[in-house]
Amino acid sequence: MGGIVSPGFRGRRGVEGGEVRLPPGQYLTEDFPVLTAGPTLRVPTDTWEFVIVTETGEKHRWDWQQLMALPSERPTVDLHCVTKWSKLHTSWQGVSLDVLLEGVDTAADYAMVHSYGGYTTNLPYEDLLHGQAWIAYKFDGEDLTPEHGGPARLLVPHLYLWKSAKWVRGITLTDEDTPGFWESAGYHDYGDPWREQRYQGD
Amino acid sequence: MELFSDDFTDGNALAGPLREIFAVDMTTATGRCAGCGDEGPVAGMKVYAHAPGLVARCPSCQQVLMRLVRGPSSAWLDLRGTMSLRIPMPAE
Repeated sequence: MGGIVSPGFRGRRGVEGGEVRLPPGQYLTEDFPVLTAGPTLRVPTDTWEFVIVTETGEKHRWDWQQLMALPSERPTVDLHCVTKWSKLHTSWQGVSLDVLLEGVDTAADYAMVHSYGGYTTNLPYEDLLHGQAWIAYKFDGEDLTPEHGGPARLLVPHLYLWKSAKWVRGITLTDEDTPGFWESAGYHDYGDPWREQRYQGD
Repeated sequence: MELFSDDFTDGNALAGPLREIFAVDMTTATGRCAGCGDEGPVAGMKVYAHAPGLVARCPSCQQVLMRLVRGPSSAWLDLRGTMSLRIPMPAE
């Protein structure tokens, strides 16, 4: 990257064919850098809600207690941030989107993820399915802190981390692809770290 | 919702990055927020720099005024949250 945005995070470079395999251009970090496009909000769980809206306008709503009552999973995943740090073997707990979308009748091709505070990010609907995405509320066995997106964030670790929206509030399913917060300002529409899809045109 | 933390710097952080693009110092330009209509210097914007790009917000209403992303061979400047920029110019 050029002079404007310094990654600012340094770590051991992954060795191709060695013990650590990292996507191209990524560096390992052991800590958990906090990136945010605005102030960090504390969203109380007593008013928290998560809403899926289909392309026909049908709404599916969960409050915090309902989310907690759903079966959860404990994925261990690698995180790859577009600012070039990667953090490996992170432990989460959350509800798979497969569970949340089970009773949702949709033929949508795309999803727009919305957060408390106004952040958005888009991805293909398929990328929410088949054990690839969770609404995560615990990290390393502890409640997810506000700085890392608590009480709950989207976790889609096969894409760059800007897609794993913090403070997630809902998902709108659509027929058309619409770019989100970073996708409309130069970042790649899909963001596959293994194909190094950082910017539009990559 | 209440504020948990607010890790921003002022709009002077935009000086260098914008000088890469514009011929004049943009931090003394006056921006008008498309959200609340407040006017103020670019240097007075709230800038969130620990992000994939620079995000400048209105100090009055938090609306995103500017997004600046620098790729290796392009810069993207999104100004949809800014209604106008008044830029001081040398007298003709």
